[in-house]
Amino acid sequence: MKALAISHYTVTTACGRGKAALLQALRSGRSGLRHGQFEAGAIDSWFGAVGGLVQPLPAQHAGWDCRINRLLAASLQQDGFSEAVAALRQRYGAARIGVFVGTSTSGVQQAEFAYRYRDRAGQRLPDWFDYRRSQSIHMPAEFARLLLGLSGSYMSISTACSSSAKVFAAAARAIRAGLCDAAVVGGVDSLCLTTLYGFNSLQLVSADICRPADARRNGISIGEAGGFAIIDPQWSADAPALLGYGESGDAHHMSTPDPEGRGALAAMQCALDSAGVAPAAVDYINLHGTATQANDLAEDRAVCALFGEAVPCSSTKGWSGHTLGAAGMVEAAIAMLCIEHGLIPQSLNTEQPDPQLHGAIVRQTHQARVERVLSNSFGFGGSNCSLLFGRRT
Amino acid sequence: MKPLFVHAVGVAAPGLQGWAQARPVLAGAQPWLALAETPYAPPLLPPNERRRAPPGVRQAFRAAEDAKSACAADFSQLATVFASSDSDLTVMDRINSALAEPVRAVSPTDFHNSVHNTASGYWSIAVGCRQPGTAVGGHDGSFAMGLIEAAALVHGDGFGVLLVAFDVPPPPLLRPFRAMHCAGSIALVLGAEPGEGTLARVQLSLTDEAESTLSDAALEELRLGNPALRGLPLLKAIARGAPTRVVLPHASGCNVVLEVAPA
Repeated sequence: MKALAISHYTVTTACGRGKAALLQALRSGRSGLRHGQFEAGAIDSWFGAVGGLVQPLPAQHAGWDCRINRLLAASLQQDGFSEAVAALRQRYGAARIGVFVGTSTSGVQQAEFAYRYRDRAGQRLPDWFDYRRSQSIHMPAEFARLLLGLSGSYMSISTACSSSAKVFAAAARAIRAGLCDAAVVGGVDSLCLTTLYGFNSLQLVSADICRPADARRNGISIGEAGGFAIIDPQWSADAPALLGYGESGDAHHMSTPDPEGRGALAAMQCALDSAGVAPAAVDYINLHGTATQANDLAEDRAVCALFGEAVPCSSTKGWSGHTLGAAGMVEAAIAMLCIEHGLIPQSLNTEQPDPQLHGAIVRQTHQARVERVLSNSFGFGGSNCSLLFGRRT
Repeated sequence: MKPLFVHAVGVAAPGLQGWAQARPVLAGAQPWLALAETPYAPPLLPPNERRRAPPGVRQAFRAAEDAKSACAADFSQLATVFASSDSDLTVMDRINSALAEPVRAVSPTDFHNSVHNTASGYWSIAVGCRQPGTAVGGHDGSFAMGLIEAAALVHGDGFGVLLVAFDVPPPPLLRPFRAMHCAGSIALVLGAEPGEGTLARVQLSLTDEAESTLSDAALEELRLGNPALRGLPLLKAIARGAPTRVVLPHASGCNVVLEVAPA
């Protein structure tokens, strides 16, 4: 495929708001995770919360007010992103810019609150509950389209933890098919009880901080995040670019990865093929690396089968936590930061590398020339997506 | 954009029980009758998955299996788009109810069935498909959103695509907040080239025109009763077999116009 310039991007995680906060955390090895209850009465865990989401949305958007939309609105205000979209609108026209947003749980926290405040007989949810503007899966995409003043087609992708990696693929093919001329892509997910207790029911939430690739790893730490990027095919100034993408299905199990990693391998191979580059041209792999036993093992098999055991790789979930539907976007942003700043981040919180893993897990964050980064995102339902970022040549 | 070719259609809705039965009804050659809906156990699902499959997945499979039954394509090689407004609110209802109790005992099966791509995951297992599979949701514009992504997969990435739009009515607590009158699903097998048995040629573009309605009151009620069935005007155009222009709802200020013609 023709490389597509990413003219602007922004990311907000537990490490802070905007790119600089995340870059600073990556350099200093400071995790955004902390231990406790993210909501009163919730089970203790390590989690990655975005601070300061206490102010309701302004009056004209009061009907949309909920945690995920505060996070979404705050994300769009970082790094001059909204202003960059306004300029893009001037150049392409509002109707020719597609909006592609990934989310796993949308605003389901509002439904959790509504069920908690059912009437005594349990027959009626409170009147304030607004399904369309909170829980509905399309909601973050519709709200982003509204906030950005765009009027073309939009796409809300929800494939669990690959959601906001797949938005890059969906936008690239929509541009190629002529459905839009440029695109705003993004991902957003906020903390809620559904995912905390849901992953806990599958024994996938770690009591410890998440330790990707560690021999003692025993699960994820959940985080929340929002991030956005502009795909501008006509951008001529220096910028990172989407070089390739690959998507696949495991066809194996709803909540367990294929232990052979065949689907993961197919997604990575397809990403390289679409970019027309060899495995040796990849300088760093940002792993999905959730820190569950099964994920890290299957992913390592797939990585080693395709790349051998020498390409530096790490999961950055030790910084942000697993931000689920936003993970693809967060890690796309990290991939671009690595390229722009010549950075290879360590596998944070890894203390005793698992001898069963054979990939070159990065133990120390260091500077290096980084031309191309592969970013993996895998989700429930066996949904895999790999993105290749790099400089345009 | 280049045209899409419709190689097969599947449909499941009240009184529209499979494409073979629905086609003459949509063409106006036979009356629509309010046939009772029957439970469905997807034959393609392995027993474990069939036991765990919630109503939304069953509804999606009903149309997908109908399309597959009349199509020679190798379904393990088709990319898939599953489009649904709400996937399955019966699952969310059980999870939210559990979370409102002091013990908060969420069922692990409910949790893995709660993702929006549940039907997509089950389908990939059922037909052994490792091609790209996606799940999108666009509220009442879900059918058109799925069709746009399918068109991009066909013409942007070169895939043959199975599109499945489905929704099932919410449980009682959520009904005041999400109106839906019936279960419904539509499946289309789409490609870039015509072949033997191809049903229609569809030219897709974006428009700010208002969405098409159906003249038959009973069919219009179905169309408005379920987001997946917002695709019925397209099926009617295919069934009639004459060149037709239909507009499907997508987003505020942006709908999808389809020029439908025999292949």
